[in-house]
Amino acid sequence: MIRTLRAEAPALLLLMGLALAPFLGFGEGYVLTLLARAMILAMAAVALSLLVGGGGLVSMGHAAMMGFGAYAVVILDDLRITEAAIVLPVAILAAAGFALATGAIAIRTSGVHFIMITLAFGQMAFFTATSLAAYGGDDGYTLYARSTVLGVALLNDRLSFHFICLGALAGTWLLARMLLASRFGRVLRAARGNAVRVQALGFDPYPYRLVAYAIAGGIGGAAGFLLANATEFVAPAYFSWQRSGELLFMVILGGVAGLHGALIGALAFVLLEEWLSHQWEHWRMLFGVLLILSVLFLPRGLAGLPGQLAKGFRRG
Amino acid sequence: MAEPLLRLDHLRKSFGGLTVTQDVSLSVDGGIHALIGPNGAGKTTLIHQVSGLLRPDGGRILLGGEDITALPMARRARRGLARTFQITSVVADFSALENVALAVQARRGSSFRFIRPAAQETALNEAAMAALADVGLAARADVPAGAMSHGEKRQLELAIAIAAEPRLLLLDEPLAGAGPEETERLIDILQRLKARYAILLVEHDMQAVFAMADHVSVLVYGALIASGPPDAIRADPAVRQAYLGEDDIPLAGPR
Repeated sequence: MIRTLRAEAPALLLLMGLALAPFLGFGEGYVLTLLARAMILAMAAVALSLLVGGGGLVSMGHAAMMGFGAYAVVILDDLRITEAAIVLPVAILAAAGFALATGAIAIRTSGVHFIMITLAFGQMAFFTATSLAAYGGDDGYTLYARSTVLGVALLNDRLSFHFICLGALAGTWLLARMLLASRFGRVLRAARGNAVRVQALGFDPYPYRLVAYAIAGGIGGAAGFLLANATEFVAPAYFSWQRSGELLFMVILGGVAGLHGALIGALAFVLLEEWLSHQWEHWRMLFGVLLILSVLFLPRGLAGLPGQLAKGFRRG
Repeated sequence: MAEPLLRLDHLRKSFGGLTVTQDVSLSVDGGIHALIGPNGAGKTTLIHQVSGLLRPDGGRILLGGEDITALPMARRARRGLARTFQITSVVADFSALENVALAVQARRGSSFRFIRPAAQETALNEAAMAALADVGLAARADVPAGAMSHGEKRQLELAIAIAAEPRLLLLDEPLAGAGPEETERLIDILQRLKARYAILLVEHDMQAVFAMADHVSVLVYGALIASGPPDAIRADPAVRQAYLGEDDIPLAGPR
């Protein structure tokens, strides 16, 4: 019990910090908007971490899952359907369905081929979105209204939106954690570590990986639903491979050894990006250098930094 | 005559121009059936074909009378084939217990269960602990497999294989790379296991083979040149010819 608590401490502290943030001087609109964005991307990153760290499936098309969720909001908004009880399940199912269909093919490959094929499917979705003239095509689509929750405009209030995002993030983390610890997750993790051994025991890794891919897709769809509501504007860029790359980077920056790595990575990525962009016009250059340095010197990501420092001190 | 547990029927396999399995027919029943032969004789290739890692070019593999030649490895495992690998194959970042519990899980119920933590399933853990105890690793249950010594990993692989409750154990050089003490311990374990499982054993350590095996088959350049009880094999002129010049083969007599 104590061991579990210790292992989960970073994630719990982070979630608690986010819960307290609005009452500790981070309650202004601008900061809350930023935090909401960070939490939504963290949600997608945790789902991606389930794939990368849990299943060894390095997807370069995870943004497409968010895109499906966001465009579900757009299409229903165009029909003046803004009830979350309808929109959210549609967003989740659309993304999970896309993940299931494309994953069925992609998961037959592995390594670099898997990366390329998920990227290709993501770009297919991206170009499809740019051609949807009815929904703004290239220019994107401004929502008529944020979703309501059972008729109540819960998402319009900044503070309640903050806690809805936090709840969704915490729920995602708990779900991913539960999956990884289950029998299902054990097979998934073992197949990442040693696929031949797993087959020799009588498991075919394919269905386990596919189910994980579809679940991560569904979570991505939920994140897309929230992101659309956060910005009230959706563009094809939601699907783009650059966004997929950013999500993957958050996961790697944070560390793939545990799910809390994705939490830390996503928050660090979004906040650093925001802060740097206010410091210097050419901030992207500096951002790039920082990212390269982190990959070179933090093999286990930000989550592994304390352990790395402790080891360094012991060595003197 | 009753159908043997495992029957290989005119098995053939080549890699390009190199024939690695030449019309091999043999059957395995209870006890230890050892497969020996000089380096490059195609022993591991044969085990790979039985376990399903490689597909034969021709011939049939029958497990308990059922033709499994076309089945992939995972489905053969579900029919009761468990194997170890020449190069140890465990999940390095799992503890010893979790490695074995995974094997138990493969036999017991569906693994499409998403809610309950697998590590807290007492039935899985108890069966896994029993298998670890069988190979003398009970005290090392919580050690990550990747941090174990080579000999311990070999023991762990045996525990994984027996935890799957197989009908037939395929052991590919279980003694490879083990030190003298480790070898003795492993032979001890194998002696105990042979009372409970039918074993097809590939092994280089001839002393060990002739001490343990109930039946020995000799493979040379992919072809079976002799098959019979250890004493008959020891006396077989064709076998002596094949091993000519290799001093470490104690064909002269029991140690």
